[in-house]
Amino acid sequence: MTRRLVLGAAILGAVFLLDRALVQGMNPYIYRILVLCGLNVILAMSLNLVNGVTGQFSIGHAGFMAVGAYTSAAFTVYATPRLFGVEPGASAGAAAGPFLLAILIGGILAAVAGILVGLPSMRLRGDYLAIVTLGFGEIIRVAILNIDSVGGARGFAGVPQRANLGWVAAFCVITFFVIRNLIRSYHGRALLAIREDEIAAEALGVPTTRYKVAAFTISAFFAGVAGALFSHYTYLHTNSFTFMKSIEVIVMVVLGGMGSLTGSIVGATLLTALPEALRFASADRLIIYSALLIVLMITRPQGLMGHREFSLAPLARRLRGRAKGSAPGSAGP
Amino acid sequence: MKRIGTAVAGAAALALIPILLLSIGCAKRADEIVIGEYGSLTGTTATFGISTKNGIELYMDGMNAAGGIGGTKVRVIVEDDQSRPEEAATAVSKLIDQDGVIAVLGEVASSRSMAAAPACQNAGVPMISPSSTNPKVTEIGDHIFRVCYIDPFQGMVIAKFAKSTLGLNRAAILRDNKNDYSVGLANYFAEAYKALGGTIVADEAYAEGDQDFKAQLTVLRAKKPQFIMVPGYYTEVGLIARQARELGIVAPMLGGDGWVSDRLLEIAQDALNGSYFVNHYWENDTNPAIQKFVTEFRARYKATPDGLAALGYDAAGVLVNALKRLREEDPKAFNALKGPRGDAQTAARAKLRDLIASTKDFPGVTGRITLDAARNAVKPAVFLGIKNRQYEFVAAVEP
Amino acid sequence: MQELLQQLANGIAWGSIYALIALGYTMVYGILRLINFAHGDVYMVGAFTAYFSARALGAGGVDPSPAYALLVLVIAMAACAVLGVLIEFFAYRPVRRSSRLTALITAIGVSLLLENLGIRIFGADPKFFPQLVPPRNITLTEGVVVTNHQVTVVVVSMALMVGLTLFITRTRTGKAMRAVAFHRDAASLMGIPVNRIITITFAIGSALAAAAGVLVGLTNPKIEPLMGIMPGVKAFVAAVLGGIGSIPGAVIGGLTMGVSEYLVVGYVSSTFRDAIAFIILILVLLIKPTGLLGRNVAEKV
Repeated sequence: MTRRLVLGAAILGAVFLLDRALVQGMNPYIYRILVLCGLNVILAMSLNLVNGVTGQFSIGHAGFMAVGAYTSAAFTVYATPRLFGVEPGASAGAAAGPFLLAILIGGILAAVAGILVGLPSMRLRGDYLAIVTLGFGEIIRVAILNIDSVGGARGFAGVPQRANLGWVAAFCVITFFVIRNLIRSYHGRALLAIREDEIAAEALGVPTTRYKVAAFTISAFFAGVAGALFSHYTYLHTNSFTFMKSIEVIVMVVLGGMGSLTGSIVGATLLTALPEALRFASADRLIIYSALLIVLMITRPQGLMGHREFSLAPLARRLRGRAKGSAPGSAGP
Repeated sequence: MKRIGTAVAGAAALALIPILLLSIGCAKRADEIVIGEYGSLTGTTATFGISTKNGIELYMDGMNAAGGIGGTKVRVIVEDDQSRPEEAATAVSKLIDQDGVIAVLGEVASSRSMAAAPACQNAGVPMISPSSTNPKVTEIGDHIFRVCYIDPFQGMVIAKFAKSTLGLNRAAILRDNKNDYSVGLANYFAEAYKALGGTIVADEAYAEGDQDFKAQLTVLRAKKPQFIMVPGYYTEVGLIARQARELGIVAPMLGGDGWVSDRLLEIAQDALNGSYFVNHYWENDTNPAIQKFVTEFRARYKATPDGLAALGYDAAGVLVNALKRLREEDPKAFNALKGPRGDAQTAARAKLRDLIASTKDFPGVTGRITLDAARNAVKPAVFLGIKNRQYEFVAAVEP
Repeated sequence: MQELLQQLANGIAWGSIYALIALGYTMVYGILRLINFAHGDVYMVGAFTAYFSARALGAGGVDPSPAYALLVLVIAMAACAVLGVLIEFFAYRPVRRSSRLTALITAIGVSLLLENLGIRIFGADPKFFPQLVPPRNITLTEGVVVTNHQVTVVVVSMALMVGLTLFITRTRTGKAMRAVAFHRDAASLMGIPVNRIITITFAIGSALAAAAGVLVGLTNPKIEPLMGIMPGVKAFVAAVLGGIGSIPGAVIGGLTMGVSEYLVVGYVSSTFRDAIAFIILILVLLIKPTGLLGRNVAEKV
């Protein structure tokens, strides 16, 4: 346990140092794409917990992201100066504590929204969850458009840009470990059981509704965290949280493999970077995107990775001459 | 434990591959000036982005065909932002850091201009927005310009026109709650109109893309306004007018430059007779520049230009005008703009910025454009009335 | 009172559009247990087909007349029936045996594909739908005005619903449809050509969506490639509200949705017009998940 904590702390420390080093000489465009990649990785991993691991179908992930984005931004703009005396123009060091708090508040409120949406729909068939989450995303956008203090349709101006690659990478790592440990725990097996056969799981005494709502809530929490980071990185406007955004995250999860966390990382990275590389075809980008989605579903519905996890461990073992005949990619749960 | 570490490392390594691919920049030809444009070519407001792009394209192609800037051609790299603010910022970052553009044109929506403007400001690349009306856009920094009216000006002009010229005291507002232009204009109009002593009897909302407005209009009808302020885009205004007449509402409608398009009357037919809106120019203006623009645009895109196309055309014009002056005043700096990034180019871009800021009486198709100290365009507003499906000139309001 | 009646009259006309779209949803869901996300976009294609065919015919110098409008309607319905069959054959049939999730993602993919192809082919700018029938105002009572177009919408919707109900209950094909909806494998064992029945279902559902598209073009003559998204989603909510799989339910659900939108704008706030659909949906799921007229189907173990 302590070893893990030390490892975790070391990774976080390395990530912050990496950010300091990178921001110096790096092309800002590449830096920006890395940040967006990181945000999408958090979103994809968190959605994977619901869509991939638990086998439910949420298509309103952008809605939870919006909740986290707006609540944390509002906290930073309205509460932080009063509570901590940290003005929007404060230095990154002085603002780090309040910013962390803002991220957590964004995540928690998104989680609360997750419970509110999950409870009525989780008792029903999966399709209803899809439509309810879709509707939730729309309601959130309508609500935000009507709140003047967060700018409505004009967007929320004046949110200090406190997020950077270090913060995003740190939360990527945290999200990865939390969800991975959850999947490998006793509770994770219950979630997998629900995905494989809900009725059988129920019959074996798994409280399916409670587990589904819990998975949904955790997923919403991390979506809120991603939203909070997002809102402190770029100009905040509801157009960033449309249905299209939710679909994008779904495609990342599906492409990477339903239930495969490392698959989500790969999927999110590919689908953030590839559209940039394909900018010359930008007018047809969405046509290609949707056609790809259909073809993928017909030919390989389990995604590139399936349920498997991506791992270099077998390769590393072989290099060290200790190959024990383990097949590549056998690290799945 | 080790396995997780390698898993993460593996994923990260994989993640870097596409990014490395990206790092391969595009080649730059020696004797041309490269500028960037970003806009909503896809997504919910694609129609506005495409109009603007056509306007810019028309100007640049015409200018290049006529010999460019003293023989130097201008190349425009266009990037799509999918109607999303974070994509706008990424697109501009790509234009500046990857393509090395020396100036940027865009966006229509103020929210997307505000998302992208900091990148331009920080890199010292001048940006000219054709049609972002939120006053905050140019407040971002001294490299951000615009060639359109700002919301407070247009709101005030419409309020004055309604109150003083038409003598109407009871207004109803029907705003597009999803569109920042509409919300901004509605707010400033309401403020100015109330300050002039008018009453807002109703303030209802719709969302861009809506088809049916009769519910909102029925509410307005019961409040008996003397006119309805519709600060939206032509894409919805035509239908709103039709449905208002179907409900028996005879009050005239007033609107801003978002109305400017041929589609407006095509959809509204007779429903907008007796209404007024703000325009940048009058189509039947004898000004040869306007006639040339309208004729060439029609010939090339088989459509009449809307206000956004005209503003795109002028944004390109203002930029090229500043480049021309730079070439005359300081040929060395002008040549530095064609070269690679470096101190010489940075200095040249600063000069270019100063020259854009000093734009005075530029004869655009949307009026004579002068940029003020806040980098906003100062130009007269033209009120057009609609009679028997014809536009007629009513008044020009000097700023 | 006058205002309330006006809102109700318009709400019913608008709800009829939802009802027509909801019919297609409910039929497909009843048979395939698939939320056909592309249905709203078929509605858009229907409107555009009518737009282009009306212009093509109009070039021959035909005057606006009801017969002309009917011809355009039939062309659009036929074209969309073909489109629906193609979508089913190329996209949905290969994933029919896959998980529901896979099918749903495929449906979303088809929907996005139609929207973006629409932007590419038709252009993103809104088009003016030609006036096939000249508009005329009809005063119901003092201060309550509707147009002949709105009346047409209601009449055509009701006629199509009655026709569809008769088809489902009285004809052999209709009976086969109900059998497939009830239990696909058992129906197959009874010698019902399941594939052909599903094809017919898609053809009819898509034709109804096209009819809705033409009627919307007639009453609100502005069409654009993204016009199907919101009506599509709302019509699905209408189908759930009425009880998914039930034809009268879809119509009642559609009308309820239309009327409640109007009442929300009239008496609550116009800004919540788009939100009311989903509030209704969540309420239905909490109180009566089977919808107003839905049968209570126990989860099969």
